[in-house]
Amino acid sequence: MSADLALIWPELILTIGGLITLLLGTFAGDRQVGLYQLAAMLTLGAAAFAVVALFGVEASVFSGTLAVDGFGGFAKLLIYAASFVCILIAPRFFTGGMRAEYPVLILFAALGMGIMASARDLMTLYIGLELNSLAAYVLASFMRTDERSSEAGLKYFVLGALASGMLLYGISLIYGFSGTTDFAAIALRMGGEMNIGLVFGIVFMLAGLGFKISAVPFHMWTPDVYEGAPTPVTTFFASAPKVAAMALMTRVVVDAMGPAIGAWQQIVIFLALASIILGAVGAIGQKNIKRLLAYSSINNVGFILIGLAAGTQAGVEAVLTYLLVYVVTTIGSFLVVLQLRDAAGNQVESIPALAGLSQRRPGLAAALSVFLLSLAGIPPLFGFWPKYLVFEAAVNANLVPLAVAGIVASVIGAFYYIAVIKTMYFDDASDVEVTGGGSAVEGAIVTASALWLSVVGYLFIPVLAVASASAAAVLF
Amino acid sequence: MGILSLMLAIPAVAAVACLFAGDRNARLIALAATLADFALGCVLWAQFDIGGAQWQFVERADLFGRFQWALGIDGMALMLIMLSVFLMPLCILASWDAIKSRVGLYMAMFLIMEVVMIGVFMAQDLLLFYIFFEAGLIPMYFIIGIWGGANRKYAAFKFFLYTLLGSVLMLIAMIAMIAEAGTTDIPTLLNYDFPVEMQTWLWLAFFASLAVKMPMWPVHTWLPDAHVQAPTAGSMILAGVLLKLGAYGFIRFMMPMFPDASAQLMWIVFALSMIAVVYTSLVALAQNDMKKLIAYSSVAHMAIVTAGLFAFNQQGIEGALIIMLSHGVVSAALFFCVGVIYDRLHTREIDRYGGLAVNMPAYALFFMLFTMASIGLPGTSGFVGEFLSLAGIYEASSWVAFVCTTGIILGAAYMLYLYRRVVFGELTKDDVKAMPDLNPREWAIMAPLAAAVLWMGVYPESFLAPMRGDVTTVVARLAPAKPAGDAQLAAGKPKPAGDAHGSAHHAGGVQ
Repeated sequence: MSADLALIWPELILTIGGLITLLLGTFAGDRQVGLYQLAAMLTLGAAAFAVVALFGVEASVFSGTLAVDGFGGFAKLLIYAASFVCILIAPRFFTGGMRAEYPVLILFAALGMGIMASARDLMTLYIGLELNSLAAYVLASFMRTDERSSEAGLKYFVLGALASGMLLYGISLIYGFSGTTDFAAIALRMGGEMNIGLVFGIVFMLAGLGFKISAVPFHMWTPDVYEGAPTPVTTFFASAPKVAAMALMTRVVVDAMGPAIGAWQQIVIFLALASIILGAVGAIGQKNIKRLLAYSSINNVGFILIGLAAGTQAGVEAVLTYLLVYVVTTIGSFLVVLQLRDAAGNQVESIPALAGLSQRRPGLAAALSVFLLSLAGIPPLFGFWPKYLVFEAAVNANLVPLAVAGIVASVIGAFYYIAVIKTMYFDDASDVEVTGGGSAVEGAIVTASALWLSVVGYLFIPVLAVASASAAAVLF
Repeated sequence: MGILSLMLAIPAVAAVACLFAGDRNARLIALAATLADFALGCVLWAQFDIGGAQWQFVERADLFGRFQWALGIDGMALMLIMLSVFLMPLCILASWDAIKSRVGLYMAMFLIMEVVMIGVFMAQDLLLFYIFFEAGLIPMYFIIGIWGGANRKYAAFKFFLYTLLGSVLMLIAMIAMIAEAGTTDIPTLLNYDFPVEMQTWLWLAFFASLAVKMPMWPVHTWLPDAHVQAPTAGSMILAGVLLKLGAYGFIRFMMPMFPDASAQLMWIVFALSMIAVVYTSLVALAQNDMKKLIAYSSVAHMAIVTAGLFAFNQQGIEGALIIMLSHGVVSAALFFCVGVIYDRLHTREIDRYGGLAVNMPAYALFFMLFTMASIGLPGTSGFVGEFLSLAGIYEASSWVAFVCTTGIILGAAYMLYLYRRVVFGELTKDDVKAMPDLNPREWAIMAPLAAAVLWMGVYPESFLAPMRGDVTTVVARLAPAKPAGDAQLAAGKPKPAGDAHGSAHHAGGVQ
């Protein structure tokens, strides 16, 4: 038992740190933003350090319910980094003063996501997922006096609860027909003869997980929640939970359902193509940049699923690389959105108001262009590389039609990305005077991520390849 | 750092500098950087060992793990790089006064364009090639969209999406090639024998991409829009170099890598080329917009290039390559000619001009030279290329040669008709009368272009010599798959005149 505890330091640190932050907030009051923000960031830093310290350990703890391995470590580092940034950028947005609940909720969500990424048992899977989701529902409606935010919270909760129900139903079917909740044992059972109950279980589980990664046709909540939630929260939703849910899904399909590839592969292929196409087509008419980025995340999830559909180690490596690049791009683009304010200091979210941004704020417009073109996967921007990897994995897994369909649909996606760039660069300046800069830290993050996503990122390919390969190898 | 990397680094660094420099400095930086690249290009040409190793100035650095920073050139790449670095300073000069807003960004985009273009010709790694090949979309999108004409946004979108849609299929084909051959190294892939059935698919995927870039009928429709809306220098570089990327892809990848598929499917290329030559020439004849006319003529010229390449013989391919170089210079010059009068009267409508020979004699002279080069008058660059490629095409198929030659006649028709309406005639319109002749800056652009056209026309050997070895290599690679032509080349024995005529006719009918 104590040996097991020594292996879950990241989770322990997050739990204790989250509680300390909560106490700090309660006793010092909401005014002491710096104090509890620092506590939360230190907690995340320490947890990330613990993940790094556990590097190379491969074990399963608590009677095989939780895995401690490179795959989970890779995902956790990404999750913690994204959560860190979301706490860092929040105080400037919540001008009325940030409440201490915000960092606490993020910490607990991060804890839940860490468990999702390491779960190797249906029960831990569900606990991690719910811990994350409950924190997320509250975060979505964090600005409780704001109508849009409350609406977003409610929608997220209702649809999320539905998704959890479906997931739970799937879990119960799989448990009922395999007699176990352990991934490895389920895989053994799936290696044998399949029956209709297991197939239904797979379908319902993937549907429930599809909600969490907002894959079409379970994506309906995404644009509304992204638009309604406060921008730092949207940044969070678009980055960390996507990593966690994707990691969880990968582990479930490869570890638990691996032998039944025939049963889940076609579902994943359908989710992938539907997400790519609907994410692209749905984005075309959007006038709100946050909604547009929501559709863009649906679109990108589709590409990630292509890597997963391959079901090979190269496919999982591609998924992990994609997640990393996607998180950097998403955080960068939301940071840019966060900086768009009109003269009165209100957030500017409408795309037509961005007209002429290239002349008012050239740096910001250039950074957003880099992020958007990178999301579209146009070389030489680094967003091309993960797209290349997922397509390569698909082609090598004999899924050439999937790769062709996906890549052709990516052209539709390019349309709305370059339409935003058109607004910023080609259109005459709008009436809305976009002013207001960010803090130096925000500027530095935007600059660094834009530079990394321009050609510089290619120099990191060898490092990324080693990291993702060692993480993915765990599952095979 | 080797000379090739240096040629890529100079414009890249200058592009960043331009973004932060003022208008005036940005122009100077851009000019200096492009001239430096031109100088390096000349060094490259001077040091190129004709008849030496196929790949020279090779550089390799294992920077990216999965693929390499591998550069190297052969004679064909050398000539196309020379074309790019030669046109770039002229483009910068052409936009010296015409571009007044956001000069720094403009110059930066052109410099990035230069990096991308010469990078395409230098790349020795399949993925590196693809990255350069695609990267050109971004600067061109900005150049058309920001500094273009009235309908620039539509044209920029059309350009971007059309060419992107084409290229993505090529990427899938490349992934399949890499998986099959296990390498991204282009020289290795050039000698790899892909299974015949696979070749067909790969060929079709590459063709989908390169036919759009080329552009071939019927996927050429982005070109007139892009040309008409782009600023003068944008059209120059688009017609001058970007259109050559498609043909370069044909000769560098499709023909040597998929020789069997090329032979099987050459009828597609021939059919599309024949339609393009006649159809686009007729369309050009009906245009009232000068830039559109030249844009359609580009499609027709490129169709002769594709037909020449797929003739699979030395003359055809050499001729196609010379047309590429010649068209690069001539079409850039013609677009500049349009730009010169557009800057003065702000219209591209042919009917608004007339009688320019009276008040702009120097302009009329240069315009005449480039018109003649476009038609293919002996003594100009156009003749050499068209003669060689048509000779090659004739060897492969007399019918294709027959149709393509019609295109040349039609070409003469629309170019002379354009010239007559713009330059000759009565000088009646007052605003046209007020147009001054070429200024020194315009002279400085016209003169090198004219010199290049004449040099290529009078002594094409300078340009052919570096490429000959590479063409021979390609022809040798194609030889096993080459179908028999219908020409009677072995006609060494003199025959009675009537008899010879009859047999030639018969062979043509069978084809």
